[in-house]
Amino acid sequence: MLAAFTGYEVISKVPVILHTPLMSGSNFIHGIVLVGTMVALGHAETTAQMWVGFIAVILAAGNAVGGYVVTERMLEMFKSSKGAK
Amino acid sequence: MGFIINVAYFAAAVLFIVGLKQMASPVTARRGIIWAGWGMVIATVVTFLHPEVRGFINYLLIILGIGIGGGLAWYTGKRVAMTDMPQMIALYNGMGGGAAAGIGIVALMGSYELSWTIQFIAVLGVIIGAVAFSGSLIAFAKLQGLITKSLRFDMQQKINLGVLGATVLLGIIISFSGAQVNGALLTVFLLLALAFGILMTLPIGGADMPVVISLYNALTGLAVGLKGLVLDNAALMIAGIVVGAAGTLLTQLMAKAMNRPISNVLFSHFGESSGGDQS
Repeated sequence: MLAAFTGYEVISKVPVILHTPLMSGSNFIHGIVLVGTMVALGHAETTAQMWVGFIAVILAAGNAVGGYVVTERMLEMFKSSKGAK
Repeated sequence: MGFIINVAYFAAAVLFIVGLKQMASPVTARRGIIWAGWGMVIATVVTFLHPEVRGFINYLLIILGIGIGGGLAWYTGKRVAMTDMPQMIALYNGMGGGAAAGIGIVALMGSYELSWTIQFIAVLGVIIGAVAFSGSLIAFAKLQGLITKSLRFDMQQKINLGVLGATVLLGIIISFSGAQVNGALLTVFLLLALAFGILMTLPIGGADMPVVISLYNALTGLAVGLKGLVLDNAALMIAGIVVGAAGTLLTQLMAKAMNRPISNVLFSHFGESSGGDQS
């Protein structure tokens, strides 16, 4: 509940231009699912579990890394415009 | 060892929240993503020490998986044109949703005892994660121009409702079926959830996609948070729920910026929501 409130509090005042980067940023943060997939694959016992877990790890790593790279590139544009000021 | 891991997870969660907070302002936005990035690195490295992660082959698979997924995402993320960013977010978000669904499937396939509450939460997470996965992929395909038509047909709302109903029904059966979950049942359940994500997204036009992607982002966050409950993992729980709440609000803000209520975007050609977007 506290976490939900934090999420609300963080977002409540955001300029429109930051909507997409913020979406991308929160997209990166749920890349933490990687940790969960690692644990899930870590105690996989059957071959089927390993397969599903392995695919999940690939997907989650894609989420985390892709989310980071995309967000970073997007925010890079903010930096250059700020730097010129 | 467990204590160190929990402290590290908690630190990562704090870094995420601070990072997200900084991302909400143009001045500090860049610093925010870097903080969040370090949180992710800490959480990932510490997980290698997790007591439940064991077995040489499993370690090998984890490293291989991170290498393949991370490498591909790094490559595509660096190369994609700036104007194509929204669909890349959709794609990566979908991957996260798929991963969350995968955790749920692994947990449900497991031979160890789960209480029916946990099993139910796992099932719920699979539904939400799978819908976010297939829905995001459709959103990606639409923005990328792979699907140009908005598919609308008679009885669509009823069919979607039926698919959702069947998914939920199967989910409830699975929740109460104890430790030994029927593999075929699980497969059908997963396929139905995926189908619902596709059906739900197909009728929505391209211009509304950013709002929809944001919604799926929130859904994935929610699914991840539920997985945190299943795995009893604080980092997943906190980060997932924060994204779930932040994403829901962001979805509303984006819809408001377009002067349309969120229900209008989703329901104008469609009669049923995913039912999980309020966290």
